[in-house]
Amino acid sequence: MSAGGAAWLIRGARPLGGGPADIGVRDGLVAGLGTGAAAEAGPGAQVLDAAGLIALPGLIDLHTHLREPGREDAETVETGTMAAALGGFTAVHAMANTEPVADTAGVVEQIWRLGRHAGHCAVVPVGAVTSGLAGKQLAELGAMADSAARVRVFSDDGRCVSDAVLMRRALEYVKAFDGVIAQHAQEPRLTEGAQMNEGEVSGRLGLAGWPAVAEEAVIARDCLLAAHVGSALHLCHVSTAGSVEIIRWAKSKGWQVTAEVTPHHLLLTDELVAGYDPVYKVNPPLRTAADVAALRAALADGTIDCVATDHAPHPLEDKETEWAAAAFGMTGLETALRVVQEAMVETGLLDWAGVADRMSARPAAIGRLPGHGQPLAPGSPASLTLYDPEPREAVDPATHASRSRNSPFAGRVLPGRVVATFLHGRPTVLDGKLA
Amino acid sequence: MNRHLISAADLSREDALRVLDTADELARISDRPIKKLPTLRGRTVVNLFFEDSTRTRISFEAAAKRLSADVINFSAKGSSVAKGESLKDTALTLEAMGADAVVIRHNASGAPHRLAEWVHGSVINAGDGAHEHPTQALLDAFTIRRRFGRSSGSGAGQGGALDGLRVTIVGDILHSRVARSNVLLLHTLGAEVLLIAPPTLLPVAVDTWPCSIDYDLDAALPKSDVVMMLRVQQERMNAAYFPSVREYSRRYGLDSDRMAQLPERAIVMHPGPMNRGVEIAAGVADSPRSTVVEQVANGVSVRMAVLYLLLGGAEEGQ
Repeated sequence: MSAGGAAWLIRGARPLGGGPADIGVRDGLVAGLGTGAAAEAGPGAQVLDAAGLIALPGLIDLHTHLREPGREDAETVETGTMAAALGGFTAVHAMANTEPVADTAGVVEQIWRLGRHAGHCAVVPVGAVTSGLAGKQLAELGAMADSAARVRVFSDDGRCVSDAVLMRRALEYVKAFDGVIAQHAQEPRLTEGAQMNEGEVSGRLGLAGWPAVAEEAVIARDCLLAAHVGSALHLCHVSTAGSVEIIRWAKSKGWQVTAEVTPHHLLLTDELVAGYDPVYKVNPPLRTAADVAALRAALADGTIDCVATDHAPHPLEDKETEWAAAAFGMTGLETALRVVQEAMVETGLLDWAGVADRMSARPAAIGRLPGHGQPLAPGSPASLTLYDPEPREAVDPATHASRSRNSPFAGRVLPGRVVATFLHGRPTVLDGKLA
Repeated sequence: MNRHLISAADLSREDALRVLDTADELARISDRPIKKLPTLRGRTVVNLFFEDSTRTRISFEAAAKRLSADVINFSAKGSSVAKGESLKDTALTLEAMGADAVVIRHNASGAPHRLAEWVHGSVINAGDGAHEHPTQALLDAFTIRRRFGRSSGSGAGQGGALDGLRVTIVGDILHSRVARSNVLLLHTLGAEVLLIAPPTLLPVAVDTWPCSIDYDLDAALPKSDVVMMLRVQQERMNAAYFPSVREYSRRYGLDSDRMAQLPERAIVMHPGPMNRGVEIAAGVADSPRSTVVEQVANGVSVRMAVLYLLLGGAEEGQ
């Protein structure tokens, strides 16, 4: 993980989609940009022809399920971070719902060390808010913050911290070490047995509905709590138009509220459930076209701060079932940037500088990650992604590095290809393959 | 017709009339002393039931046997259904045994869709979760057609559809596969469908369905040709969908006083099993207007027609 040894001269890339410029990389840092890059990289630098490729700061995922420890049949830190690197990511936040739960300093340090050992990207553990994700008492948040893993983001993701008092205490407590509580907003009583978005499609298919209000009510409550105690709240995988309105209002008050949206919620709708294929079963559920439009607009105007994958690998047997028996979740690391290009760039809602902001700078800031998400400028860590926006190809999960194949984009033609990823000056991906 | 019958929406108006006309034809055979036809000799029909339903299972079994098919009853209830592989593994087992048709009853909506991806034979949905129960809708349409004199006559000739008939479906629409299939099929056949239920037992977007909706049973009765009462499941009674069984019965139950508000020719239907004294009073269930017993008898004829058209048709096609 330390600064890469070899120097690189990346020729003709287009930083943030602008005009071509050379990028010199040395000692793990961007040594030079544009004229003079070659000189800064030095005469021994390896040359990478990047003509036409867009250069972005390395992508940061605030929301990844690496499944290790406990469900190594679905994913491991090794395979999950390989998938991340191939998707252009240089850091991922590993969610806490492992077995055992990441609710102690020992478990978060183990995950952090596994990430360093794998070396494909930085692995930043997310700590559980409550012991065992049980929603009863706070986990030792301070011990996780002070551990070698330096945890700053805490979440019971997969479960909502539905107890208002516990949520208040968690928000207050993490102020002592600049932490943030990332809430999975899902009112439990309103979603008992829920299978998909409640609406026209759920009524037709006879699947128990998951009302938008179950998300929005918790988001509204937590925004008010965050304001009341003056702490930082992050909202995971926002999925409804109503949630967007509440977040916009909370931000207009100047409260410390941030939010993420997944690639799948930017592109897919609940109509896909009509064939009962559980590859489309996810929590929160796919919503309507109106929700998709609102989420895109919110990401474009900054109401939603960032894209986070909620990469949730599952083995085949957990998806090859009837709908009600299947697991919730979709893979996303290896398709995220392509989906964002399709949903946001091709539609004119974001330019590449905007993509860099929503997929690198802002998630790094929310995750309190030093050394990540910095602009492509001399002196910055040389963590970057080279991306070809031109090819259009069908997604084939069989080619993915993730251990699991549950991509909802399988067979869908998407633009773009991640050509190379650099982590602190060292290539993790070259020519679309692990370096 | 499609290879499978999974949703009433799979049936065009022409398909539905063909099923009903074929059922008319086959019903006449059921009136003979020897009720058996050789049509499906050598074909295998599997009844795959993940939920208890003796009534539906024996109806399909009788239908298949009257067409001389080999019938295998596979009761999967109590096996490791929760884990889910069992549906696929069961499907592969049936496939290996050479099932020409699989009749499936499952508590998960969409299970027949999944099954259809894993077997080559025809899949017939005998009720999946809160989704659909298309043969129930067909037998209900068949019963209505007979009672209103629109069946195909003896000998050749096509029977009529249900154009202009006003059908009121009363009760737990939210969880009812019978209601979903009936709304689709009766609409296809030209009937005007009205749903009556407490608002808690209607799906949120029910206004997008091809029917009208109201909460007032008393206002609906004088303008109904058919009233179809749905069963109130035990588990709804303690889940705050309505305050008490008595209040439900008072507001949405069909008793003799309410039955008297129906037009003279109107009929009362129930898919069974009935909760006498809850959604339907005993005096109504046993009245001449009630078609409950006919519905059971008609179920066999309609299921014979479905098997005949799905399996017999496939044979001709090959």
